[in-house]
Amino acid sequence: MCAVRDLTKTYPAVRGRRGTPGTPEVKANDGVALEVRRGEIFGLLGPNGAGKSTLVRQLTGLMRPDSGTVDILGHDIVRHPERAARILAYLGQESTALDDLTVSLAAETTGRLRGLDVRQAREERDAVLDELGLTPLAARPIRKLSGGQRRLACFAAALVGERPLLVLDEPTTGMDPVARRAVWAAVDRRRAERGTTVLLVTHNVIEAETVLDRVAVLDKGRVIACDTPAGLKEKVAGEVRVDLVWRERAPLEVPEVAALRSRADESGRRWTLRLAPDEARAVVATVTGGTAFVALDDFTLATPSLEDVYLALGGDTQGLVKA
Amino acid sequence: MSVVPAEIVPGGALAAEERSGRAPAALAPRARLWPSLGAVYRAQLSRARVARIPLLFVATFQSIGIMILMRGVVDGGDEARAVVAGSSVLVVAFVALNLLAQYFGQLRSGGGLDHYATLPVPPAAVVLGAAGAYASFTVPGTIVTAVFGCVLFGLPLTHLWILAAVIPLAGAALAGLGAALGLLAPRPELATLLGQLGMSAALLLGVLPADRMPAVVQLARDLLPSTYGVEAFARTFGNRPDWAFVLGDLAVCAGVGVVSLAVATWAYRRAAVR
Repeated sequence: MCAVRDLTKTYPAVRGRRGTPGTPEVKANDGVALEVRRGEIFGLLGPNGAGKSTLVRQLTGLMRPDSGTVDILGHDIVRHPERAARILAYLGQESTALDDLTVSLAAETTGRLRGLDVRQAREERDAVLDELGLTPLAARPIRKLSGGQRRLACFAAALVGERPLLVLDEPTTGMDPVARRAVWAAVDRRRAERGTTVLLVTHNVIEAETVLDRVAVLDKGRVIACDTPAGLKEKVAGEVRVDLVWRERAPLEVPEVAALRSRADESGRRWTLRLAPDEARAVVATVTGGTAFVALDDFTLATPSLEDVYLALGGDTQGLVKA
Repeated sequence: MSVVPAEIVPGGALAAEERSGRAPAALAPRARLWPSLGAVYRAQLSRARVARIPLLFVATFQSIGIMILMRGVVDGGDEARAVVAGSSVLVVAFVALNLLAQYFGQLRSGGGLDHYATLPVPPAAVVLGAAGAYASFTVPGTIVTAVFGCVLFGLPLTHLWILAAVIPLAGAALAGLGAALGLLAPRPELATLLGQLGMSAALLLGVLPADRMPAVVQLARDLLPSTYGVEAFARTFGNRPDWAFVLGDLAVCAGVGVVSLAVATWAYRRAAVR
């Protein structure tokens, strides 16, 4: 469906001007290779700056790679970037182009620019707005909506004028649960009825675990792992995560607690530990008795998440969202 | 907070149907030029209701204010014609040149061009649709200014119909210039600055009577496309307008319009794929 080989993109160094420091050369994508299969929801996961958006811009023909190939449904997108618009629908992070339009006109105009005639564009517009629960907001300008509603309206525009591939760059940012559910239901319906493929950019690990069929984990411009979420989690199956939250401060006078400190990830009053199951049992036994328990506010014991996988692979999890 | 309900978790990919060795999939059709131009035009026109009406008032009041000021300086004749024509075309410059340069500058810096660049729409449709809409925004203000000016300076209203040609042609030239400036400027502030400068030039060189200006300014005046719109309009106030010259001036506007819109279309392509 979509094959990427050896994709490399380097942003040139920017010389500093007075008052603004220069930035060094950045390798935003460094030999990226991927294979997305038809009908799957394929995710690109990584923190900000990992190279996700750069990769997507090259897949959608918005940016030329320095080297490498992008093949979507048999078309060479590096050589013919203009064909991307006829194969895929893209939901970018910005809504500048649609902000002043009403929800209804944004969807209709986008459909018309995707090659639909007036009647088709209106029919599809009505169907999509209805499907996403946007009909009551149809006459409101997008600029006047809340962040999540605005995102949903742009998603609606992306769905008008059917395409076999949807490229969605953080589609659910700022959305409430109802809107998120509407998005994933709409995606799933298209997948079941038409075999639509979805390429999803996200830095939300929970979303990645629940909606993706397969996920490529990006860090510093490279794909550091690519598998199903379950498959990735197996890599760290031997580990259990223990989160300890202390009331005021950690009771370091307890020797067992003091010994744990070097292995804990501290963030304020929260300690996160990644341990073998029997070690975890011992830790739980320690902190749920005696002096340590008095100082303990809360604790959780969890099986590994994609975040743990990311950490185990050597990524830097700051910037990943866990909500 | 986990919000994605369990029932929508996919049960697995549909049959993985790899396409290697098969012919490329059919492409969806392109959007054709005229229908997509119409769609962009309509969408841009609707933006006026939301965002542009106060600015249209500003444009009109600015021109009316200038005419009232100039009334103390100018006492009828050729100069009065130049002031009325210049003030009317200034409305076109304000909106089509200045505001359009700002709009495209913001669109480019804010990532808004990505939206159009990932749709199979001809670049000319986006540029012409936006330019046409901005030129249309100027119609009411220009007519109000022209009528007010004629009454103020006691000029005949007989040939005001010429605005039907002046507005679209001067509009095309100035909107093309504005779009090209907005799309070529590396930063949005620069696009705004260039748009403002262009409008200031149209004001100074178009409204102030040319005869008293030094040669350099007269040359600059000849280089500015709005000048030809002003001249064409001003000529029609005469007792027996020389229509050949009017047509000649309008032809210059049209020519500049074609060239500047072509440059803007090229600049759009360049800005859309980096």
